[in-house]
Amino acid sequence: MRTAAGAIGRPLKNVGIYLLRGVSLLLASTIIAFFLSSIAPQDDPIHAYIQANPGVSAENVARMEEYWGLNQPPVARYVTWLKNILSGDMGYSTSNRRPVAEVIGVRFRASIALMMAAWIFSGILGFGVGCIMGRFAGRLIDRVLKRVCLVMCSIPTFWIGIVFLVFFSVTLGWFPFGLSMPIGANPDEVSIWQRLHHLVLPALTVSFLSFANLALVTREKLADVMESGYILFAKARGEKWILRRHALRNILIPAVTMQFGSFSELFGGSVIAENIFSYPGLGSALTASGKTDLPLFLGITLFSVLFVFCGNMIANILYSFIDPRVKRGD
Amino acid sequence: MEKKTVLNVSNLSVTFRMYSKGMRKGGLKVISNLSASVREGEILAVAGSSGSGKSLLAHAVLGILPRNAIVTGEIEYMGEALTSARLTKLRGREIALVPQSVEYLDPLMKVGKQVSDDKYAVKRAFERYKLDESVMKLFPFQLSGGMMRRVLCATAVVTGAKLIIADEPTPGMSEELAARAMKHFRDLADAGAAVMLITHDIDLALRYCDRVAVFYAGTTVETALASDFGNIDNLRHPYTKALWRAMPQNDFAPTPGTQPYAGNLPDGCLFAPRCDRVTEECTRAAPESRTLRNGEVSCIYAD
Repeated sequence: MRTAAGAIGRPLKNVGIYLLRGVSLLLASTIIAFFLSSIAPQDDPIHAYIQANPGVSAENVARMEEYWGLNQPPVARYVTWLKNILSGDMGYSTSNRRPVAEVIGVRFRASIALMMAAWIFSGILGFGVGCIMGRFAGRLIDRVLKRVCLVMCSIPTFWIGIVFLVFFSVTLGWFPFGLSMPIGANPDEVSIWQRLHHLVLPALTVSFLSFANLALVTREKLADVMESGYILFAKARGEKWILRRHALRNILIPAVTMQFGSFSELFGGSVIAENIFSYPGLGSALTASGKTDLPLFLGITLFSVLFVFCGNMIANILYSFIDPRVKRGD
Repeated sequence: MEKKTVLNVSNLSVTFRMYSKGMRKGGLKVISNLSASVREGEILAVAGSSGSGKSLLAHAVLGILPRNAIVTGEIEYMGEALTSARLTKLRGREIALVPQSVEYLDPLMKVGKQVSDDKYAVKRAFERYKLDESVMKLFPFQLSGGMMRRVLCATAVVTGAKLIIADEPTPGMSEELAARAMKHFRDLADAGAAVMLITHDIDLALRYCDRVAVFYAGTTVETALASDFGNIDNLRHPYTKALWRAMPQNDFAPTPGTQPYAGNLPDGCLFAPRCDRVTEECTRAAPESRTLRNGEVSCIYAD
């Protein structure tokens, strides 16, 4: 029998492990990002500035380097940055001329709307289509949908984004060309409908990335379940609502894994979609920061890692609710 | 008093439509001219090696064959044809299956709920099999082999079915557990149910069943009384005799050759290629089933 202390101790231990993993992951990813950017050409703002303004004296360059701390070795710079992060200071975004935390906060609000819309849409559509395919596995509707999904899987996000833009915005004129609100509008006066209107195409673009995958995985699992002994036995017992009673929970695990594990693709997809649709989210901020704005770049890296990590962690936690076998997996 | 026949299967054939190229038109015939009947209060053991069509018979009766299966012949329940409409009403109520293994339980549902939604009925069924009430709240993966077997039996008992079809209920069990499982089926039969017990283990089945239907390559070769197995001379069909000789406590003598595969069946009597009494006559037509000394046999030379 499990003791009371064990019952409390295990979740606590799990939280501890998650935290440890999360922190080490964040540390490792920032180290990699920091040193990759330090060896990349055009790495610092000084050089970018000098290229734009020839005729700056070496003395001034040195002074600027000292001001920004760029004369220190990369390790020392990283340690300084890490110390600041730990004290809550994410640095100052040189391209936005605002603190990194503030930029990320504003941009993330736009991005999270986009990503969540895409995530929910791909989740419902993918799971639904997957269920239809799995239920009718081997029949015409399954074969047709399966081909559609395989084609979808092979289409890159940037391409489908451009197609959407050309077709729905340019040809049909149903949706705006980009941005998150009408050009020149006062952000306080923009209605939720206008925002949603601007959100539709980017969200569809991002969701196209993962819905087909989810559908195919769900199909496979449901087709397996339909062939399983327990579905056969349920039929032999004359049970009603067999799919809802026995299949649903059994096909949730791969779907949940896919959907929460897709946070990384979601983020990657939103970077591309935001650039196509000039949507002012984290993704477009990231691309803008790429060349010179190291604090923002690192801040977004940190944030995206955290985002993906949270997705995976939620999936892990949900497992134990869906599948009792996972809970005992120690 | 004559006991009522609960299930009567006669001349059953099952053919699978095949989609792959090169298959003969008409598909793959896996069961042909199969007959078996179970009366109330008795256990009919259905014996035969793997691939002899035992499980398919169970699935055919319960209407759970794959969609590409074509079934011909008669299946009667309580003297009336078991149509699919009737089957829909009866299965899970009057006709119950005891499946083979844990694979037949939903891995993510508590076993109590799987046995029945009616908690009190589950409790009663569990009491009968000496399963603790706490077992109701366990998931299939938490059960031991013996508990699992009893839970599977409970799924049938809880329905109060008149006809119980048990598909290989004992493999993988210790001798003691297997004997106990058989005892449970005996009790059910003694309480009036008709039990069709599909099994490999003819030796064990003989101790508990009333009659034995011997299957070979998808057809019934003989239906014998369990007591007939006490003496080889009481058995009717050459295959049954060969089976008897192969039993460890008898001669432990194998019969050369193997059971033919569906799709590659010989003409006439299916056992002819391995039979020591074979004549040309045997290969001409499949032998009709006939009554012989309180049993049935499909062999023209049986006496």
